[in-house]
Amino acid sequence: MPQRSVAVGSSSGLHARPASLFVQAAARQPVRISVAREGGTAVDARSLLSVLALGARHGDTVVLSAEDEGPQAEQALEELATLVARDFDAPEQS
Amino acid sequence: MTTVLTGIAVGTGSVTGPVARMTPVPPLPQPRTVADTAAETGATLAALHDVVTDLESRAATAGAAAAEVLAAQGMMAADPVLAERVAELIRDGRDGAHALDAAFGEFRTALEAAGGYFAERAADLDDLRNRAVAQLLGLPMPGLPAPGHPFVLVAEDLAPADTALLDPTQVLALVTERGGPTSHTAILAKALGLPAVVGCGAADTLTEGLPVLVDAAAGTVQLDPAPEVVASAASREQRRRERAGRVHGAGRTADGHPVKLLANLGALQELSGAAAADCEGVGLFRTEFLYLDRAEAPGLDEQTAAYRQVFDAFAGRRVVVRTLDAGADKPLPFVNAGDEQNPALGIRGLRTAARDPELVDTQLAAVAAAAAASSAEVWVMAPMVSVPGEAADFAARVRAHGLPVAGAMVEVPAAALRAGAMADACDFLSIGTNDLAQYTFAADRTLGSLAALLDPWQPALLDLVRMTAQEGGRRGRPVGVCGEAAADPLLALVLVGLGVTSLSAAPSCLGEVRATLSEHTLEDCRALAALALAAGDAQSARAAVLDRTG
Repeated sequence: MPQRSVAVGSSSGLHARPASLFVQAAARQPVRISVAREGGTAVDARSLLSVLALGARHGDTVVLSAEDEGPQAEQALEELATLVARDFDAPEQS
Repeated sequence: MTTVLTGIAVGTGSVTGPVARMTPVPPLPQPRTVADTAAETGATLAALHDVVTDLESRAATAGAAAAEVLAAQGMMAADPVLAERVAELIRDGRDGAHALDAAFGEFRTALEAAGGYFAERAADLDDLRNRAVAQLLGLPMPGLPAPGHPFVLVAEDLAPADTALLDPTQVLALVTERGGPTSHTAILAKALGLPAVVGCGAADTLTEGLPVLVDAAAGTVQLDPAPEVVASAASREQRRRERAGRVHGAGRTADGHPVKLLANLGALQELSGAAAADCEGVGLFRTEFLYLDRAEAPGLDEQTAAYRQVFDAFAGRRVVVRTLDAGADKPLPFVNAGDEQNPALGIRGLRTAARDPELVDTQLAAVAAAAAASSAEVWVMAPMVSVPGEAADFAARVRAHGLPVAGAMVEVPAAALRAGAMADACDFLSIGTNDLAQYTFAADRTLGSLAALLDPWQPALLDLVRMTAQEGGRRGRPVGVCGEAAADPLLALVLVGLGVTSLSAAPSCLGEVRATLSEHTLEDCRALAALALAAGDAQSARAAVLDRTG
């Protein structure tokens, strides 16, 4: 099962806008993605409530897993990992 | 016969309008056995879906800040795992309402376990659960009413979440069964300039559509008032507004004794209103808003930019910045320990600086950088100072950052009892009457049932104000009041008579305070203060002063 570990980049953690954007992106993927805290139970990445309940704060590592193998899975993991790592609370760069 | 309900008066002014009640949370019916689980699942998920659609359509018409909150709530209600869990619980034998209750409850527990600002979303889940259950049972949607015409909002109590969406053009007045003079409802009413009566226990008898006359100065709600009563109240209100608008500029008594009139400021969205108000500056700039809802403290640059905005808006005027007051009712994960049994008496306010000096140093550096680039007269004060040594340490720290004026808040009785030494240790004192009342009377300020003890007219509280103002005055140090007490025009006279040199309140309250001051000499104020101090309790203190000024 393809996996990706990534540290949460937003200073407010995987919460509020960062969490909403992550969940919306997960729902758009053609493969099911799950997300977990390191060593924790994996939850459905399309579920905002489950993602919030992870309590993932700035700098915490989360593990993304794809249900299937293949290029689509790799691409989905890549997109979601980028979202997790991004700092949405930083002032917009022009 | 007319019926008049009484409660705690908040703000001033009066208004007549029809009652619209906050719709209560639907009670869960008795559990029932479900024969057709497929139909029950369908109906329950449809109710949940309706809640999502409703939130989305409200988000589309709301302002930007409210729209974001509503859209996030919509996403929570649309959660696929939530729907799966509801269906599962119905398959296991629950009826729809109980399945919704249990599923939301499970997520609520999980969010609370995640702690910090994740746990703050628990209130959203309660709201969604209530909406979904009401939808399923065909009951009216809980929350703010929308009768389509201006109304007097009647509720058991109002939480910040209820009032975020409140439309000030539709709400004429607030009446709540619970809440005290420093409750969220009271602060909101003052910020919006609405008349309010809180802690009005009999408000549960007010029925939908009933015309009521809310008199915030008297703290009364008159049911179905006669036309002549309405007309006379309306003309009184008209005169009050004219009077409040008649006097402008710097605050002073009839004989010209200056009393600085300043605005309280707690968020950047209040800034343009406060800066446009007729005031001599900001007497209490609460800086907590910069720190809320985040995992770590904001950096130097971000803070500097925010302070700069405030100082620029108040160029040439005074701004009293209160350093971070975290703890008790506003804990922050990176400041406060979560393991305190009694956080109101714990490491809060200035006490957090001993544990994390960098926090306050970054804040002072940001204030200093912003002040250097502005013509505002920037003063800095610390919250929750208990002993003169703390005030001296804080003042040294402030001056080390190149800021010339450092003060201490007097919120702890010990600080008032030793006001002389406190005043020697710094440049000015500012009395926070809300917390000073809480600590003097050992009465939790969030408890509506203790509202009588928290009344700012309590003679024992006024004694502490007198001691502080006298000791400050002897040393030529300004002594301000920045609690809710400063918003009451009559009490403002008493405070000035006790020796207070500035008053800071919500901008909407300042006009009447200014007008009332202009009608009384300093000698009048001293006589009124003596009357209030001689009274046996808060009510008779108020009555004696009202009678004399009549």
